[in-house]
Amino acid sequence: MTNTPPLKTQPTVRSCPFDPPEEYRTLREQEPVAPVTFPDGAAGWLVTRYDDVRTVLSDPRFSAKRIVLRPGGGGMEDAPPPPPGLFIMMDAPEHTRFRRLLTGQFTVRRMRQLAPAVEKIVAEQLDAMAAAEGPVDLVQAFALPVPSLVICELLGVPYADREEFQRNSATIVRLHSSPEEFQQAQAALRGYIHQLVLAKREKPTDDILSELVQSGELTDEELVGVGVLLLIAGHETTANMIALSTMCLLQNPEQLAALRADPSLMDGAVEELLRYLTVVQFGVRRTALEDVELHGQQIKEGSTVVASLASGNRDTEHLADDPEALDVGRPHSAHLAFGHGIHQCLGQQLARAELKAALSALLDRFPTLRLAVPVEEVPMRDDMLVYGVHELPVTW
Amino acid sequence: MKILIDEGKCVGAGTCVLAAADVFDQRDEDGIVVLLDDDPPHALLPQVMDAAARCPALAIEVVE
Ligand code: SF4
Repeated sequence: MTNTPPLKTQPTVRSCPFDPPEEYRTLREQEPVAPVTFPDGAAGWLVTRYDDVRTVLSDPRFSAKRIVLRPGGGGMEDAPPPPPGLFIMMDAPEHTRFRRLLTGQFTVRRMRQLAPAVEKIVAEQLDAMAAAEGPVDLVQAFALPVPSLVICELLGVPYADREEFQRNSATIVRLHSSPEEFQQAQAALRGYIHQLVLAKREKPTDDILSELVQSGELTDEELVGVGVLLLIAGHETTANMIALSTMCLLQNPEQLAALRADPSLMDGAVEELLRYLTVVQFGVRRTALEDVELHGQQIKEGSTVVASLASGNRDTEHLADDPEALDVGRPHSAHLAFGHGIHQCLGQQLARAELKAALSALLDRFPTLRLAVPVEEVPMRDDMLVYGVHELPVTW
Repeated sequence: MKILIDEGKCVGAGTCVLAAADVFDQRDEDGIVVLLDDDPPHALLPQVMDAAARCPALAIEVVE
């Protein structure tokens, strides 16, 4: 008989739909580096304080190559290489090569230039929504189409094919997809993007995928990996931020009123909603490349460490002034919603532009917008890597 | 104030541009940080420090 206590599991149950699980506060205070099992059954360490999250995500001793922890530990020797093109699972300098090919497409200036196109897409979706009679599901009518249309246009993916790639993408970010479902969805998405790559090679168009194909820097397999990544990242996260932000503002009428009274608050409100809601709900996974000591805990080489972005964003180390409150008038904080370190979200300026355009126009267009069901009946995405709502019935 | 940037580390996240647009910009081709002013007026110090603190890749160093 051993007397090792059973590991805690990473907290996942929320008492308020907008707050991370309450246990995070206790962990931050009492056990900032806690041994846990993760929702997928792997074991490792959970890091919950703002500064530690930043450390884990920016210190090269923690690798983005995701190694499944073998029982009893184990080293890095036989870690499988990351799939071609999936640069979120690479370290420098491999990662740098991919990131460099893409960063020029997502600069602050580029995204500002894109704003009119985003606003047009937003307006068209709202026209269609207004033409319908409420109630409508805001996710299907607005929150999902906007970022999907934008990323399709940017990447050069036909929007008409959305049903299939949205379904596959959802399977990939669902926590309880079986390994077979996951593999199938991934293979289908890869096959789909591969066909597109071949088509763009024949007949290039004016989009990121065509540019990447023409640059001649990447193999077909790498192009597919990059394409799949951008397509998934481009719509799941922002779609959920749009819908969840709307729900959150509707449930915080004083904040909503402040924002309506002074639209110049919108930039700050978007940052605050990103911080407050942090849709990457289970954190970001890293592997220790060597033994690392953090707050007196020995993290052994090869161990998995999860940095909780949601917890870090609610830490008083980050915001001394009531981090548990939503305050759209708050100065822009250096929040962790887009992660930190070399993998910090490549599309963050795009996400900002989309959120700003979508929320401004939605509030403007529907002054009497409200939930069409009691708040407890809104199906929350507790089961997805990206938090949010499965549906948001609204009326006006 | 002196600002040092490490282009090799920069990952083109653009957070510095949002924090201090008078001092930082990004190259169009590859999104890498460009220093518009390597000795900006002292009044900009808070913004510059903020940009350095926000940079996810720790590519900005400020020497006072
Ligand atoms: S914030 Fe850092 S990584 Fe991002 S563009 Fe500026 S220097 Fe580069």
